Amino acid sequence: MSVLLIAEHNNKEVKPFTLNAITAASQMDGDVHVLLIGNNCGDVAKALSKMSAVKKVLHAEAAHYENYLAENFAPLVVKVSENYSHIVSSANTFGKNLMPRIAAHLDISQVSDITKVISADTFIRPIYAGNAFATVKSIDTKKCITIRPTSFEPCETSGGSAPIEKIEATEEFTLSKFIKREEVKSDRPELGTARIVISGGRGMQNGENFKLIADIADKLNAAIGASRAAVDAGYISNEHQVGQTGKVVVPDLYIAVGISGAIQHLAGMKESKIIVAINKDGEAPIFSVADYGLEADLFEALPQFLEELNKLNSIQK
Amino acid sequence: MKILVAVKRVIDYNVQVRVKEDGTGVVTDNVKMSSNPPDDNAIEEAVKIKEAGKATEIIAITVGEEKSQETVRKALAVGADRGILIKTEGTVEPLAVAKALQKIVDKEKPDLVFMGKQAIDDDCNQTGQMLSALLNWPQATFASKIEIKDKILEVTREIDEGLETIEVNLPAIVTCDLRLNEPRYASLPNIMKAKKKPIEIFTAADLGVDITPRVQQIKVEEPPKRKAGIKVASVAELVSKLKNEAKVI
Repeated sequence: MSVLLIAEHNNKEVKPFTLNAITAASQMDGDVHVLLIGNNCGDVAKALSKMSAVKKVLHAEAAHYENYLAENFAPLVVKVSENYSHIVSSANTFGKNLMPRIAAHLDISQVSDITKVISADTFIRPIYAGNAFATVKSIDTKKCITIRPTSFEPCETSGGSAPIEKIEATEEFTLSKFIKREEVKSDRPELGTARIVISGGRGMQNGENFKLIADIADKLNAAIGASRAAVDAGYISNEHQVGQTGKVVVPDLYIAVGISGAIQHLAGMKESKIIVAINKDGEAPIFSVADYGLEADLFEALPQFLEELNKLNSIQK
Repeated sequence: MKILVAVKRVIDYNVQVRVKEDGTGVVTDNVKMSSNPPDDNAIEEAVKIKEAGKATEIIAITVGEEKSQETVRKALAVGADRGILIKTEGTVEPLAVAKALQKIVDKEKPDLVFMGKQAIDDDCNQTGQMLSALLNWPQATFASKIEIKDKILEVTREIDEGLETIEVNLPAIVTCDLRLNEPRYASLPNIMKAKKKPIEIFTAADLGVDITPRVQQIKVEEPPKRKAGIKVASVAELVSKLKNEAKVI
């Protein structure tokens, strides 16, 4: 049997987490077929077919597939699923929204957000905001799995020449309608895949002060993150939130500024390679996970940090 | 309009969860339990809609052990009119919960079903989407804003890229984000009144739902511990360590 991987894309390009999901899928079974559902997304099909881990691309087009509504995607996945042992996607808002709808249609108990593939039916997944790791075995004949993208390396984007097979679209689900998407355009790296992330918390006091973080992010080519407290307070928009109910990041360097370190925030960043905490409260729990802790007022420390970075001859990009 | 709100009893979000030594799960004895935080937002939103004169009845429902009635009582104290407990033992997977909820939806015929987007214990993020699949209803997940426009609901969803707005025809399922609203606290008089509100109790067998788990939990382990770090005295030292010791900048 083969693995069916549902590609995430924007009809022009493959979204980066699809690459991590392909790697995870290939650990369940080597015969990975990618299902591409979209509208005028021929370029995406070509890009997917070039990936060495991809053995076949199934490509369905329809106007109602333009905006990835789960109600439109799920029936097609269900229709295609018959010959597959596993159906896989990323555990980001795309896959979280879509996969349970597929699983329920197929009467499968889904395994969410796995961080490791032990075998074709056994996986490790974090529970309780990452305070425990469960090894679980699915006894359904078919598996529906979402994978934590940051726990798997992205697959190669070249070296392959998989056939592209056109498949029929399913009917439109007319009770749900896409209205608009407000994407925040940024020249900075994406939070989920950035090598360096600098995040601000409630200690930033207001949205304007995030400029101090942005200046350093520009210098380090870092993505900007935030604690839930900072997002709730309106300092910064929701797509920056790192944590149990936000994004999970695993950068080489995570700099937490004015973040106390609630377990819900730690759930989103404590696997980072190096963690720096800057906080004026020396007892803040964030220091318990920090490799380097600086007990200081962030309004003094951040300008100094920028100054010190400016003194360096070179900074890794 | 009738609103069904699904809630779950979980270990309180402030508790530092500990793994049992025998690896069979996490310690729940003598641990503070509470309602799942985004479920509080779900109840709050339903109550706000009722207060605005747009809903006539709110039913709070949970699937879980006998003690889960506490969570339903809390919803009743905040403004739900009556409760339902589907009594179960042991682990009930989201698919089984969705099937049980489906039976109640068939019986109660609500116009809207609200629940939190994710439970903070198993972190599955599945039940709402599964219920909408079983009912073949529209799903509006990760909602941070809701507007009722007659028989249509306009929902702002939090997605990785930012925000998305969709319109769903009623009846529909909405899974709520923590930013949807600010849940209120129950007042003492309302807590007293809630004790008199009815809670109907069913078993999965009464509903004809098979809740046998399909995912076996083989073991539960502590996450790898990070080794203790150091405190640095100055920003200059920090930058030097990052450059020369950690070699990350």
